[in-house]
Amino acid sequence: MSAFTSKYADELIANAAYIGTPGKGILAADESTGTIGKRLASINVENVESNRRALRELLFTAPGALPCLSGVILFEETLYQKSSDGKLFVDILKEGGVLPGIKVDKGTVELAGTNGETTTQGLDGLGERCKKYYEAGARFAKWRAVLKIGENEPSEHSIHENAYGLARYAVICQENGLVPIVEPEILVDGSHDIHKCAAVTERVLAACYKALSDHHVLLEGTLLKPNMVTPGSDSAKVAPEVIAEHTVRALQRTVPPAVPAIVFLSGGQSEEEATKNLNAMNQLKTKKPWSLSFSFGRALQQSTLKTWAGKEENVKAAQEALYVRCKANSEATLGTYKGDAKLGDGAAESLHVKDYKY
Amino acid sequence: MSAFVGKYADELIKTAKYIATPGKGILAADESTGTIGKRFSSINVENIESNRQALRELLFTSPGALPCLSGVILFEETLYQKTSDGKPFVEFLQENGVIPGIKVDKGVVDLAGTNGETTTQGLDSLGARCQEYYKAGARFAKWRAVLKIGATEPSELSIQENAKGLARYAIICQENGLVPIVEPEVLTDGSHDIKKCAAVTETVLSAVYKALNDHHVLLEGTLLKPNMVTPGSDSAKVAPEVIAEYTVTALRRTVPPAVPGIVFLSGGQSEEEATQNLNAMNKLDLLKPWTLTFSFGRALQQSTLKAWGGKKENVSKAQATFLVRCKANSDATLGKYIPGASGDSAASESLFVKGYSY
Repeated sequence: MSAFTSKYADELIANAAYIGTPGKGILAADESTGTIGKRLASINVENVESNRRALRELLFTAPGALPCLSGVILFEETLYQKSSDGKLFVDILKEGGVLPGIKVDKGTVELAGTNGETTTQGLDGLGERCKKYYEAGARFAKWRAVLKIGENEPSEHSIHENAYGLARYAVICQENGLVPIVEPEILVDGSHDIHKCAAVTERVLAACYKALSDHHVLLEGTLLKPNMVTPGSDSAKVAPEVIAEHTVRALQRTVPPAVPAIVFLSGGQSEEEATKNLNAMNQLKTKKPWSLSFSFGRALQQSTLKTWAGKEENVKAAQEALYVRCKANSEATLGTYKGDAKLGDGAAESLHVKDYKY
Repeated sequence: MSAFVGKYADELIKTAKYIATPGKGILAADESTGTIGKRFSSINVENIESNRQALRELLFTSPGALPCLSGVILFEETLYQKTSDGKPFVEFLQENGVIPGIKVDKGVVDLAGTNGETTTQGLDSLGARCQEYYKAGARFAKWRAVLKIGATEPSELSIQENAKGLARYAIICQENGLVPIVEPEVLTDGSHDIKKCAAVTETVLSAVYKALNDHHVLLEGTLLKPNMVTPGSDSAKVAPEVIAEYTVTALRRTVPPAVPGIVFLSGGQSEEEATQNLNAMNKLDLLKPWTLTFSFGRALQQSTLKAWGGKKENVSKAQATFLVRCKANSDATLGKYIPGASGDSAASESLFVKGYSY
């Protein structure tokens, strides 16, 4: 095979397929300590370990939420944390039919000689780290590459660096039993139109799949986490059906059928926008040999966070808010979302932050 | 768009889709004058224009054959030839729902510094030639790139050169209204096993689709003509189901769903082998977002040529033989072929020629 045959091959294939189960998706709860600090600050909550733990407990024990999920991405700290009755989060998730995942990249650094473009670091000792995470119960990983649209961006250099970084990360994960989520995020920042975003997305994805092939990655044991194809943040919005059409077409032109599932990032979209766009994609009558689902962070947690505000007495209401978004997105993966989700506080609020850094 | 969308875009998409109609396939009747000469000498027929015209008339006017075909690839001479009652072949085909295609490459030349690897020529004035062919009624084109498997082959140079040549040819065709059939043939010659062929095929196809993306080729307006994945000619044969599994897996890992159809070449396979393999692929229970059909030369014409022997009195018999192969392959595209139905011994004869050059 062109793909490298890992001793974990069958397991990787089964796990990747499971994550793509129609009706389910991923909760991205892997905010680094710095990033979760910003979230907590926005609701006036102190960024201490106990609060970070409390938030994740709120999310993972929310009634009805886990059946809508096939995976949760965790930050390293969370992988080893427990609920208030002493049960490892990882075990709560597994018992709830949810695969634990782990963010393994170490953030971005600038590429010298470019106009603020970046590459992602984290390859050093990655194999060893993956082994440890596997032992701790993780079964998939995530690595975020970031590209931007500008006059001369993304440059060929940036596309190549990020694609090959993703490919190297992916094969190291597979060598160690973790399904790699491949995330080449093209930021929404800018005043470009949807056609520009489509062209860039197609170019970036083509480069990614060439790199994955060069590195002998087993596509059946991977997932893709791309941006949806949308107009730039400074441009006029378009209907979900338009986003669906451009997005699915870009994927048809670049993503081989061996990839079992595509789990979209939400970028700066509001909770409701992200759900509606995903729903429109799943309603589209065209060739889609991979399932289309979600891997949302902000777009699943925004109204939950606001409702919680760090207070014990708000936990129940916050958990209901999370359930509403989980259910809505679960329906969106089936194309059956009717837009009638009880909108929580902030569900329609844009979550766009210019030049977003995790 | 990343893809170049010229004035012929809609037509290209429509034509490519039609050629990929389930139940139909392509007759490759584009043997150059030199190559058809070799075929003729094997049945003691003189290689003169009237005989070349007579053979193609025999094929095209075979009762019942054209409904099994969506396209016929022609050599330039044939594009301008007529039936014996004075009707241009091109018109005759069009009236019977068969799209005329044209071979546009100018054969292979050696790549200096390699171990007998080649690249394909034919780019000079290709645009102008395509325009002429379009005027004459052609609506698709074909360009054959050739790679081989060896200890150090195919080399990175050979893969890059051939992939880029195919991409450049493809975009020029699209600029001029012809659907490009992209043919990266990996020769069967050798003692390698099926896994090696699979690995090489995947590497080559991955490079081809990267090149097509780089050159802004509109995938929805192309077709792929690959080799099936088989053991080398000097290795033990395997069952059609095994060939089907390796072939479809290789394609799933590399061919984006935007490509409407995959039209296999038959290489050195016998008529019966080629049909059985195609049939097995269409029966395989694996998701295939492109249709799988045939673009056979020798595997459609071999027994017909023998039955004809260049003699007018044999035309009827030869045409009946041709119909048997056309029907068999039409059934194979639907996974409905019943092996051995024809019982013709010539159909099982291997058509393998070492180091085959057209």
